Amino acid sequence: MPGQVAIIIDYDAGNLRSVERACREVGLAAEITADPDRVRRARRIIFPGVGAAAPAMRSITANGIDQALREAIAAGTPVLGICLGMQISLERSEEGDTPTLGFIPGQVVRFRFDRPDLKIPHMGWNEVRVVRPHPLLADVEPGDEFYFVHGYYPQPANREDVYAVTDYEGEFASALGRDNYFGMQCHPEKSGRVGLNVLRRFADWDGTC
Amino acid sequence: MLSKRLIACLDVRDGRLAKSIRFVDTKDIGDPVEKAREYYLDGLDELVFYDITASSDRRNIMLEVVERVAEQVFIPLSVGGGVRSVADATNLRLAGAEKINVNTAAVERPALIAECAEAIGDQNVVLSMDILRVGRSDACPSGYEIVTHGGRTRTGRDALAWALEGERLGAGELVVNSIDADGTRDGYEIALTAMIAGSVRIPVIASGGAGRPEHLYEALTAGKADAALVASMVHYGDYRVSELKRYLHERGVKMRMKW
Repeated sequence: MPGQVAIIIDYDAGNLRSVERACREVGLAAEITADPDRVRRARRIIFPGVGAAAPAMRSITANGIDQALREAIAAGTPVLGICLGMQISLERSEEGDTPTLGFIPGQVVRFRFDRPDLKIPHMGWNEVRVVRPHPLLADVEPGDEFYFVHGYYPQPANREDVYAVTDYEGEFASALGRDNYFGMQCHPEKSGRVGLNVLRRFADWDGTC
Repeated sequence: MLSKRLIACLDVRDGRLAKSIRFVDTKDIGDPVEKAREYYLDGLDELVFYDITASSDRRNIMLEVVERVAEQVFIPLSVGGGVRSVADATNLRLAGAEKINVNTAAVERPALIAECAEAIGDQNVVLSMDILRVGRSDACPSGYEIVTHGGRTRTGRDALAWALEGERLGAGELVVNSIDADGTRDGYEIALTAMIAGSVRIPVIASGGAGRPEHLYEALTAGKADAALVASMVHYGDYRVSELKRYLHERGVKMRMKW
């Protein structure tokens, strides 16, 4: 099977080994790297991350990962963004008022509630409801829940970039994508069987929808 | 909406599973990795490992346990017991822990909470609180006091004040463990859980005292907890994880029912 090695981009944005372990579990060999040349040459890329948008952007701009990712996406390499790795694929984040990569039109904004019973961050298991079929979500059924930990959420500008939504005092886009790029707000590597299924699909994905 | 979480706590000593009753008289009840995998496959939402190894030179055993569990359990994994520094926290994270629990060391040096939050993110720092019912007084207005060293040492700190300070310092979540209820199987200390959960904006995990399914229901409804922690009621085979979740679901508590 071609392209069976994935590159996990390391940019000081949290613990990447859980992503690596989950990839191994589904038979996808993965290598953690911060080398932009490896990103350019990668057959498939996972762009993970937790933490804040501004330091993450500083980190990937400083070592040229941003440019390498742009080139890889333009070349059609399948890319999976997870959590912060997905968020900085939009154009701008309210978190530190940070310009981000802009693969997907739209912005990232903070949850704002007046209700004290709704906690921030949104942390725990919640349903990911598919609103548009996508190869990576082929196994996701109604009622399937994924694990989330985040205080900001994506607001893509175009409805057609949204593949799944999640309810937390209103709906937000929990999976989005365009062509060979796909991103999820939740953590498939921490979401049990349903999450592993997304990674298993990614291992075979050719980047078309 | 978010589901309520069922969390199982595994006390580990020298790499083996132990269940403490009021923190004394611990006995070996098996292999932590095997148990963790069993619970994961049965629908557990989150796992907590508490290292109760006495001697610090054997702590590396815990890192090995965490690493082995993380290779086969794909839900959030939280580890505590003896976390005294950012280095302890990052070592556990590298081994595969998602969240780090701090307890005694944070009471002795509250800045530890902020340091860990800075290093690994607010959402990954869990402040675990062992709490004793003492009755209201000027020194302890909530009527509950923080105790440390597994319940042996009284601190004079008011539990509610400490919960609020922990939140301010950057804890992402609180474990409210009642020393009075722990190991009794008579139910959680609901008044305590509700008081703290009603006062903070971060998630609260009810801990200590679970013996029957209705205790979990009380904690997640009247107790206002976001998650219920169980130990002996699942460790000895009295209840299965899936059975508890089904019970809660049938009583109208939102739980993750597909796994």
